Amino acid sequence: MSDTKKFLYVNRKAPYGTIYALESLEVVLIGAAFEQDVSLAFLDDGVYELTKDQDTTGIGMKNFSPTYSALGDYDVQKIYVEKESLEERGLTLDDLQHLTYEDEDDDWAEKDSIRLVSREELARIMDEQDVILSF
Amino acid sequence: MPTLHTVNKSPFERTTLDSCLAHALPGSAVLLIEDGIYGAIDGTSAAGRVKEALSNLSIYVLGPDLKARGMREDQVIDGIRIVDYAGFVDLATENDRVQSWL
Repeated sequence: MSDTKKFLYVNRKAPYGTIYALESLEVVLIGAAFEQDVSLAFLDDGVYELTKDQDTTGIGMKNFSPTYSALGDYDVQKIYVEKESLEERGLTLDDLQHLTYEDEDDDWAEKDSIRLVSREELARIMDEQDVILSF
Repeated sequence: MPTLHTVNKSPFERTTLDSCLAHALPGSAVLLIEDGIYGAIDGTSAAGRVKEALSNLSIYVLGPDLKARGMREDQVIDGIRIVDYAGFVDLATENDRVQSWL
């Protein structure tokens, strides 16, 4: 497709306290049908969206965190997580889900989707986008 | 590739403004709207950070949102430009993209 645009979904909110995180995920999945160059960024409280072992049985809300692992099937291969945001919250990559995609250019090898980036790197990634959608 | 960043939260309740200022590249424009306008007021605990950012960013505040909240133009930090809705549109069209900090 000649008019492919670079879309970045920016996630800055923790899950469950507000509807932003779930809405973002739904928009990403809908947008995936349009075959654009999609990437996701998780910064500030948005890094809490990706923690593993989420269990919402006690709060009566749907646990939507397993859906992040489906992003690879929707051809979402770039998930940027901001290093400083993790550190400020006492987290490391080990506290997050392990998200992967299958690389069709490399015999469908399974590769990591999450890319740990510095705040400065993320600022430059934002600057390269055609469209930024914020949540 | 300049970006227009908009901020619509008070710097005293949320970290939205700080996060915007930490990610806006030099030469970018920042427009304070809605409750974000409190970040444009001088003499606050946030004013120092905003003045520092003015050295490499263009900062604007939406006049109607200032007036609505009883804030006067003479309270706005020197160097921050006050725009109306038409000015908001101009900023959106002059830049390559708009990034909303919520």
